[in-house]
Amino acid sequence: MKFEGTDTYVATGDLTMAVNAARVLQRPLLIKGEPGTGKTLLAEEVARALNLPLFQWHIKSTTKAQQGLYEYDAVSRLRDSQLGDPRVEDISHYIVHGVLWQAFECDEPSVVLIDEIDKADIEFPNDLLRELDRMEFHCYELHRTIKARHRPLIIITSNNEKELPDAFLRRCFFHYIKFPDRATMQRIVGVHFPDLKRELLKEALEVFFDLREVPGLKKKPSTSELIDWLKLLLAEDIPPEALRSKEAKDAIPPLHGALLKNEQDVHLFERLAFMARRKS
Amino acid sequence: MLVDFFLHLKARQLPVSTNELLALLEALQARLVSASLDDFYLLSRAILVKDEAHYDRFDRAFGEYFKGVESLPGFDALIPEEWLELAARRHLSEEDRLKLQKLGYEKLFEQFKQRLAEQKERHAGGSKWIGTAGTSPYGHGGYHPEGIRLGGDSVGNRTAIKVWEQREFRNLDDSVELGVRNIKVALRRLRRFARQGAATELDLDGTIAGTARNGGWLDLQLRPERHNAVKVLLFLDIGGSMDDHIQACEELFSAARAEFKHLEHFYFHNCVYEGVWKDNRRRHDQRLSTWDVIHTYGPDYKLVLVGDASMSPYEVARPGGSVEHWNEEAGAVWLQRLLDTWSRAVWLNPLPEEHWTYAPSIRMVRELLGERMFPLSPEGLERAMRSLAK
Repeated sequence: MKFEGTDTYVATGDLTMAVNAARVLQRPLLIKGEPGTGKTLLAEEVARALNLPLFQWHIKSTTKAQQGLYEYDAVSRLRDSQLGDPRVEDISHYIVHGVLWQAFECDEPSVVLIDEIDKADIEFPNDLLRELDRMEFHCYELHRTIKARHRPLIIITSNNEKELPDAFLRRCFFHYIKFPDRATMQRIVGVHFPDLKRELLKEALEVFFDLREVPGLKKKPSTSELIDWLKLLLAEDIPPEALRSKEAKDAIPPLHGALLKNEQDVHLFERLAFMARRKS
Repeated sequence: MLVDFFLHLKARQLPVSTNELLALLEALQARLVSASLDDFYLLSRAILVKDEAHYDRFDRAFGEYFKGVESLPGFDALIPEEWLELAARRHLSEEDRLKLQKLGYEKLFEQFKQRLAEQKERHAGGSKWIGTAGTSPYGHGGYHPEGIRLGGDSVGNRTAIKVWEQREFRNLDDSVELGVRNIKVALRRLRRFARQGAATELDLDGTIAGTARNGGWLDLQLRPERHNAVKVLLFLDIGGSMDDHIQACEELFSAARAEFKHLEHFYFHNCVYEGVWKDNRRRHDQRLSTWDVIHTYGPDYKLVLVGDASMSPYEVARPGGSVEHWNEEAGAVWLQRLLDTWSRAVWLNPLPEEHWTYAPSIRMVRELLGERMFPLSPEGLERAMRSLAK
């Protein structure tokens, strides 16, 4: 079974190659890219396309590697012991399984998403080396080694906020989702809005790519923002002509709030538009 | 064959390891790709390259190896984009196209090297120089049976042997771009967490131990939260030759502000002398004595000096050498005092590293710091932070 993208997710050739290589060789796949290029979505779509269960682990700055394996709920056990609950005899009642444990014990191959690994502490990836390599770990409380029945396909996303250690990178395959070109973007939009008027799409993409060209933007609008914007355009029933007009008062595209996410960018854009008008 | 390829990548300074080569061979054995070179390119990139900053280097190395293209001096020379701006598109008839002789691969690159050396301005519509819409083999928007396309969109003829424009990952190379976020990533290397302040967090291990000691009665233990406890003193050179680097310094400053709780900054001009200041507008009436600074901040602070260190050698070596005032003691003496107080110190220089050897003052400052001068690029910052963390 090969991953080729889905009816709601357009995957370019290089991306499917990376996913399939990771799947066949059973290595984790590290995905980087601009925010909003569909890194997190990839795991969901791969799981859906290959019809596999998906386990998601969203990383925060306080997340510890151990939490992905299991946690020992000492506080519950303490409470139970003070209340005289008989369950307290068996420690396994207080071992809370983490995402990797669930995936390892799963009866069929699965997909694991480790989302935004760069948010965690610098040591976090190092603490997972052996687990990702051998797909097994030891549970000290139960004196038992948990070994993957089927090696899951692990997809890891990173926003590049921290450098990942070399030893960790060596074990992964890597793909950088670059910003889609116009043709790919057209396919992506086509997948989300199958009956969008061609006219509107053309104008919208024009405006969108022009906007990305504006020098000095703090946050360039990305694919997910384009999709949101198109949704709004459709909901408000904006005619394609409205996007085309180069009239003075309409220099800012309608509903720009979906595309430009910070005040400085809006100001910058207004200023540039003003200058462009004066020139013409 | 792949061993050669592997060694070639290594020689082009891509950080590849044997493990990855084995993984690549494994992938080939698993018949992940057919005989297509494009697929092999994608596969080997996914397996061998672990950082988008290396994509460009990989692209070039791959091209060299598989097309037998020697590394050209021109690959590093950037073609001014202006030459390539599509000014006009000439439509050629079929006969015209046939008339253009095919130059042959080697001759093509040979000539290209030559043109690159000779050409100094923009050309369009011609048949020899690098430019647009012509019938010269170099440029874009035109037609030549075996040309090199430079910039612009393919006009659909698809005969370009080498598409330079596809070096699309050029701007991800980490020696180039410096932004606030990049700097933050580098500065984070310095982070050292320690527990300080009010006890607000439940200490689970402590609670269990305490409860056990208590004979089973719950004994809650609290502890303070973890904070980044690194302390940094930032000395910034301001004015004069530093005006060119204001943006880089501003970015560094704002990133450092956000990253460190204990950050003190001071300004100096060219070299540190007996006085520094905190507000550049009031540099003359609100000067702080450098002695006071030395006595105020303890040796656990880390010292970061930012400046281009480009000045007259007298400003470092001699008393009275300063351009702004009469200094009783030489800059070198003051620098040495700072370094004696804070042994963990680096100097960040916004000038590119290649230029450092030309200025004697840079050499002197560098010597004083024991070679701990680093360029103000993401990669240089990385090295600086590593040196500070030692």
